[in-house]
Amino acid sequence: MFYKDRWIEIFETIKKNKLRTFLAGFTVALGIFIFIMLFGLANGLENTFEKYFKDDQLNTIWINGSRTSKPYAGYESNRRIRFKNEDLEDIQNKFNFFINGITPRITISSEVGYRLKSNNYTVRGVGPHHQFNEMTVIMDGRYINEADIFNKERNVVIGRLVKQDLFGNEDPIGKFINGGGRSWKVVGVFQDDGGDNEERMIYCSYTTLQSILKSSDEVDQIIVSYNPDIGYDGAIEFEKNIKKYLKSKKKIDPNDPKGISVRSASNDMQQNEQFSDALNYMIIFIGIGTLFAGIIGISNIMVFVIKERNKEFGIRKAIGATPNSIIALVLQESIFITTISGYVGLFFGVLLLSSIGDKLEKTYFITDPYVDFNFAIVATLMLVLFGALAGYLPAKKAATIKPIKALNEK
Amino acid sequence: MINIKDLHKSYKMGSNSLHVLKGINFSVKEGELVAIMGSSGSGKSTLLNIIGMLDNYDKGSYELDDILIKDLNETKAANYRNKFLGFVFQSFNLINYKSAVDNVILPLYYQGIKRKEREKTALDYLDNVGLKNWASHLPSELSGGQKQRVAIARAMVSKPKVLLADEPTGALDSNTSSEVMSLIQKINNSGKTILVVTHEEDIAKMCKRIVKLKDGVIVEDKKIKQKVL
Repeated sequence: MFYKDRWIEIFETIKKNKLRTFLAGFTVALGIFIFIMLFGLANGLENTFEKYFKDDQLNTIWINGSRTSKPYAGYESNRRIRFKNEDLEDIQNKFNFFINGITPRITISSEVGYRLKSNNYTVRGVGPHHQFNEMTVIMDGRYINEADIFNKERNVVIGRLVKQDLFGNEDPIGKFINGGGRSWKVVGVFQDDGGDNEERMIYCSYTTLQSILKSSDEVDQIIVSYNPDIGYDGAIEFEKNIKKYLKSKKKIDPNDPKGISVRSASNDMQQNEQFSDALNYMIIFIGIGTLFAGIIGISNIMVFVIKERNKEFGIRKAIGATPNSIIALVLQESIFITTISGYVGLFFGVLLLSSIGDKLEKTYFITDPYVDFNFAIVATLMLVLFGALAGYLPAKKAATIKPIKALNEK
Repeated sequence: MINIKDLHKSYKMGSNSLHVLKGINFSVKEGELVAIMGSSGSGKSTLLNIIGMLDNYDKGSYELDDILIKDLNETKAANYRNKFLGFVFQSFNLINYKSAVDNVILPLYYQGIKRKEREKTALDYLDNVGLKNWASHLPSELSGGQKQRVAIARAMVSKPKVLLADEPTGALDSNTSSEVMSLIQKINNSGKTILVVTHEEDIAKMCKRIVKLKDGVIVEDKKIKQKVL
């Protein structure tokens, strides 16, 4: 391997056979490049997936009321179930031990403006704990607090993009915006990893919204976060118990599948994980497929190259080359070319991947594509190894062929 | 130098067997210049290939410089070829991507001689065949006669005991043929043993001894008065 003369011999051969060298090298470089790109892009897809779907706190239950489908206790079916503020208090009292926090949510859509600019936004009336359910991050100011709820203050927390739309570079804290014919004081700006829609949101106190909507004390949705220590099974049990409790409280047939709907992240989490697994399998499949194509490509070229050099090997043998020296010559050349070009493909693949960043996120859902560097090195080494193996078999054959046969080849 | 006794060789062609050499008895002393003649299919090239260890034989014995050459493995055959033999082929068999001097260097490379030394030696041998100024040219830039002279320099550079030439003038016109043969005579006069396979009477007459093969046996073996060029 470290025999200097053979290296010189190899460099000369490479120099004099540029096209052949280029083709072999290009195949390997392209194989590794495509492998890195596909693998990286698939990883980027998974990144986006995680970002979108793992936004909400996982130990959370969303409770919605819907229409009943069975008559019960003197009520007709198709009765609409609505929650009230007192339901929240009851749940809090009944399940106090399991509950980390509870918040109602009332959602409306409203035209909101500041000075000359205005736009339509989703407005949510929530309680302070909502911040933890949605994993909202406060950039400036504060979130809705207990005082806002108690005093029915007209204070709002606006999303990053709402601030961008209405205020531009101006500091929005303490300014007043118009919505529903009233003015609201901006007390905070938030950001949310859940995507643009989440950042085009305005939060206010649910009690304030209730008083404006004159709907007394009704809420659209109850969001409960439970103590994660109860585990997956505990969470399922907890969901069941809440549903059962609310059904009896609202006088719904215990066997009615409608009426109360409970959605929990624990189920989502399982689904997410399955989807994520499927994506992973796909990535592995693509990776192995690409690598395999690369191996076949380099094998083909090696077989062809050695066939082309058969006569040369015959000449070399006639003037004293041993079979081993010919095998070594071929192997060392092929390993040298595949290693260098594999590294080149690796380099450009990683370079291009890292330059992508979040440029493809909007259109193709690909964020921060990357490859594990060790994994990429292993892939390159595999291609080198198989290139060498693909060279070894025909080289061995060429090296053991009678020189006279090789010499007689035209 | 060369001692061959009752040499047989046959080629298998599917189910048929083609008996090419049918008991050759033949010996060559040091310093001889022997022409091996015969029509196509007489077995002359096969005999040369066996002498050159490029091919093996079925029966009999072949001794080169008192060493029995039989059933050698490839590595040993390669070492013997490198040490004992020099080859000149009809189609030159130069490596086409290597310059003249690099082609001549190759046997020395396989002998493991140091780079500087083998370059110098190769240039000396190219000078001997009158091609020093063409050292850096590729075979494609040389004429047929020049190519064959490079091939002769390559065959001689490893100081072989025997030089084997298989139709060395077969691809050359008569003028260049004479040039090449005069070079071979010159090398022979310096004491080298040379075997030339040819089917041309003219060329054979430039040697010192003619061996005629027909259908795998030697039919004539005579010393002649050499036509000196």
